[in-house]
Amino acid sequence: MARAVSTQHKTIATAAAWIVALLIFFPILYTIITSFKSEQEAIQGFNLFPSGTTESYTAVEAQSGYFKFFLNSVFLSVGSTILALLVAIPAAWSMAFSPGKWTKDILMWMLSTKMMPAVAVLFPIYLIFRDTGLLDSRIGLMVMLMLINLPIVVWMLYTYFREIPGEILEAARMDGASLWNEIVYVLTPMAVPGIASTMLLNIILAWNEAFWTIRLTTTEAAPLTAFISSFSSPQGLFWAKLSAASTLAIAPILIMGWFSQKQLVRGLTFGAVK
Amino acid sequence: MKLRTLTLGLLSASTLAFAAHAESITIATVNNGDMVRMQTLTDDFTAKNPDIQLQWVTLEENVLRERVTTDIATKGGQYDVMTIGTYEVPIWAKQSWLLPLDKLGDDYDVKDIIPAIAGGLSVDGKLYAAPFYGESSFIMYRKDLMEKAGLTMPDAPTWDFVKQAAEKMTDRANGVNGVCLRGKAGWGENMAFLTAMSNSFGARWFDENWKPQFDQPEWKNTLQFYVDLMKANGPEGASSNGFNENLALFQQGKCGMWIDATVAASFVSDPKNSTVADKVGYALAPDNGLGKRGNWLWAWSLAIPAGTQKADAAQKFVAWATSKAYLELVASKEGWANVPPGTRSSLYANPEYQKAAPFAKMTLDSINAADPTHPTVKPVPYVGVQFVAIPEFQGLGTTVGQLFSAALAGQTSVDDALKQAQDAATATMTEGGYIQ
Repeated sequence: MARAVSTQHKTIATAAAWIVALLIFFPILYTIITSFKSEQEAIQGFNLFPSGTTESYTAVEAQSGYFKFFLNSVFLSVGSTILALLVAIPAAWSMAFSPGKWTKDILMWMLSTKMMPAVAVLFPIYLIFRDTGLLDSRIGLMVMLMLINLPIVVWMLYTYFREIPGEILEAARMDGASLWNEIVYVLTPMAVPGIASTMLLNIILAWNEAFWTIRLTTTEAAPLTAFISSFSSPQGLFWAKLSAASTLAIAPILIMGWFSQKQLVRGLTFGAVK
Repeated sequence: MKLRTLTLGLLSASTLAFAAHAESITIATVNNGDMVRMQTLTDDFTAKNPDIQLQWVTLEENVLRERVTTDIATKGGQYDVMTIGTYEVPIWAKQSWLLPLDKLGDDYDVKDIIPAIAGGLSVDGKLYAAPFYGESSFIMYRKDLMEKAGLTMPDAPTWDFVKQAAEKMTDRANGVNGVCLRGKAGWGENMAFLTAMSNSFGARWFDENWKPQFDQPEWKNTLQFYVDLMKANGPEGASSNGFNENLALFQQGKCGMWIDATVAASFVSDPKNSTVADKVGYALAPDNGLGKRGNWLWAWSLAIPAGTQKADAAQKFVAWATSKAYLELVASKEGWANVPPGTRSSLYANPEYQKAAPFAKMTLDSINAADPTHPTVKPVPYVGVQFVAIPEFQGLGTTVGQLFSAALAGQTSVDDALKQAQDAATATMTEGGYIQ
């Protein structure tokens, strides 16, 4: 039975949640506000009410052409996520339903690769990309993004699959389902919410990845992270333009996150309370 | 049906042939006003060179430096033209990473490049990068506040005068700081200013045998003067101010004097962005009567990496972007005040430019007052006014910059900062094999 909560408590909790949410969201909100200021307004200190000029957006679009970067971002984040799921679903299945002696160690080892600073392997990766002709190619970068996010994808799916009773899969096997049929027709439909939230999170991670996407691209494969980077300047005023570029870059993913927040929250918290 | 197939085939073949004919060169650059303007004017180049297409990669300065260094060191071949500075050119040219620029065309007039700038971009008499815009540093000051203080700024002031003027101009109750100087840590931030300043105090980074010199009285004098001056007359939180922060302060009328890049003159005198546009005067960077001034020398330049497959097209582009004709093109479209400064002597002899840019003469005098090959009072084994052109300098310069920034913030004493700088420099130079 649900615990009775007094109205007063509820109000305090709601207010606290709003304050925390506002604190977390404020930098993004202020970026959006700044993007509607002139450069002169932007440097004049804290001000929540912009003049509403769109000159920064016009300048940003004239200088760089947003759409090409946007398409690359979509291609890279969605492509790398699909690729990661193709590898991670079978991997997580085998780890969850037929764990071996080393499964735990493999999982830990996979996670440990996320602990290394990316710059430590910059030169080897750059040389591999150079020698295989993958520098500035979407395919190369897609594989790279898939690889760096794979540990998280496997871990999330593994945690989710573990909640599915193994007996259901056994029953399918008893009914004569092949391994392929078992994964495609039994496991995947049951795991759709988990897979969906993993997918959403991975798209966000790949969208925001700013180390490899800037260092392995030049013109053809450059996504929105490279687009933002081009508006920072050591000499001159650029805060409003940089804010406009950032707003344009985060807008698609913000909107996507807004619509799919239910699945996202489920994905981020599953396993936390049983 | 057959005819349609044939036509389509012919069309695609001709498209392919055109694509194969048109050569595409990739140019890496920074997001500075002059560079952005160049991107909007490239129609002129492509009209003259229809067989060359231009692809731009604009990056933040530090990311650009890291990207082009990675690419050039691994011969990645991603770029055909790179925007680099006077720090990289001598180091990279010695590594044979850059192509000498010897095919810039008959009408290019190499001799017209300001000698101090050309010297910083040449190795063994060969030019390895063409300057796109050059800068030195000088004093920008508020003429109205100087008058109120009862002083007259000489064209070539001393540090003592700057201190005296700063003390008189400071009016913290009304938000006016006598002087704004860089404090943000970084080899290209506070250390660019402090290294140039130290030259005028007779200091040097290393002696002739590469022994670090932070334990010498000249460095103590430099850093103590800087910290005292800023504590008494500088803005609050100066240890996190770089170029852009000081620019914002000056434009809002919060600085009496600002010693920084000459390129800032066009920003502070622009009435659209500056509240003090009509009150700014210019003077050479200060000295101490030792024969060297506290100004630096820098040129954003275009260079061609040795790994490029398109050297001829790249050289054509470099010649176009750094030519006299380009300066005239900018002048015709956007006025003489917006022409990239500091590269060609002929620009400074042009009466129209002198009229449009009141800071022109002082900029040229500042550039000419810097000598990258003999930057200090005492002899040194290195090239560079506000940097030391060795690969180790980026890391070491930033470490020392952090120590000096901490001294300005009052987190350490001047003596401690210098001692730690001496230790850090000794360790780096020993590791690098410069000293035993």
